[in-house]
Amino acid sequence: MSAADAPVWVIIVILGVGTFTLRFSFLGLLGDRVLPDWVLRHLRYTVVAILPALVAPLVIWSRDGKTLNEPGSLIVAITTLAVGYWTKSTNLAIAVGGFGLAFLLIMQG
Amino acid sequence: MAVASTKSVYWRGFRDSVPFIIVVLPFALVFGVLATEAGLNLSQVMGFSVVVIAGAAQLTALQLMSENAPTIVILASALAVNLRMAMYSASLAPHLGPASLWKRAFVSYLLVDQSFALASLKYEAEPEMTLSLKLTYFFGVISPIVPVWYGFTYVGAVLGSAIPSDFGIELAVPIAFIALIGPALRTVAHVIAALVSVVAVLLLAWVPYNLDLIIAGLLGMMAGARVELLLDDKP
Repeated sequence: MSAADAPVWVIIVILGVGTFTLRFSFLGLLGDRVLPDWVLRHLRYTVVAILPALVAPLVIWSRDGKTLNEPGSLIVAITTLAVGYWTKSTNLAIAVGGFGLAFLLIMQG
Repeated sequence: MAVASTKSVYWRGFRDSVPFIIVVLPFALVFGVLATEAGLNLSQVMGFSVVVIAGAAQLTALQLMSENAPTIVILASALAVNLRMAMYSASLAPHLGPASLWKRAFVSYLLVDQSFALASLKYEAEPEMTLSLKLTYFFGVISPIVPVWYGFTYVGAVLGSAIPSDFGIELAVPIAFIALIGPALRTVAHVIAALVSVVAVLLLAWVPYNLDLIIAGLLGMMAGARVELLLDDKP
């Protein structure tokens, strides 16, 4: 598994242009027109809808995609989520998750 | 309110955003390390952080590249994560719309979560600000953030190449994401959106080309929007 097998520069450039287009959309092209409420309402949930969908299968299934992941990984993931949710601090969550992963690595030798 | 000078407004913006370095720095570092560990070279890692400047989307692309997902799915998913930028753009347009085209283009390139959050709060609190002071404040806000973003991506990339590549990072990207998701779950609607998308992606695992991710994301967004309407639960 290596990310370098993908056409990296094509992805960087298209993602860069696409992201700029999203940022420039209203500021640049549409002036002071505003998005309809229902569009804004959906856009508010893009991050909390896409990221969990990306993460959930990686956390829940082991690498073969068929059996449940080892309990250590699940515990680290759930702890990271809980710390982030209750403290509202990404840094604290990332620190706890990082320590958890380091601990798992050491336990596996 | 006393008439504020350009200089003092710039430094107000600068000072207001200094605390956000604590958020930006580790994230840049994490991206640099993980992208290098995933096999990207230094110029590619820096290319991402300079051309895209959007941490969550960059990590999304990285994860899907490691899974050998089709390029179109990588792009669609990472851009979906950045859809919120269009919302930021829409919400700053009434304030910065009258600026010259190249200034609006420059603001757009620098429109990240932190600069949006601080600028929109400021503009709403002080609607009497002139256009040029609004722009000055925006550039003050972004001044400490962008160098830290570029610089610590670089530090991360250098550190990453020093870490042996068999270091188990399979879970590191998901953990970085989970650390973003927890704080983002601010209302019942956010929680429901996340739950619906997780259940959907697990049930739709049979859908080819990683399209399960896109479908689940859309279902999650619809669920969040619906719950917000039902509960009048505006974040």
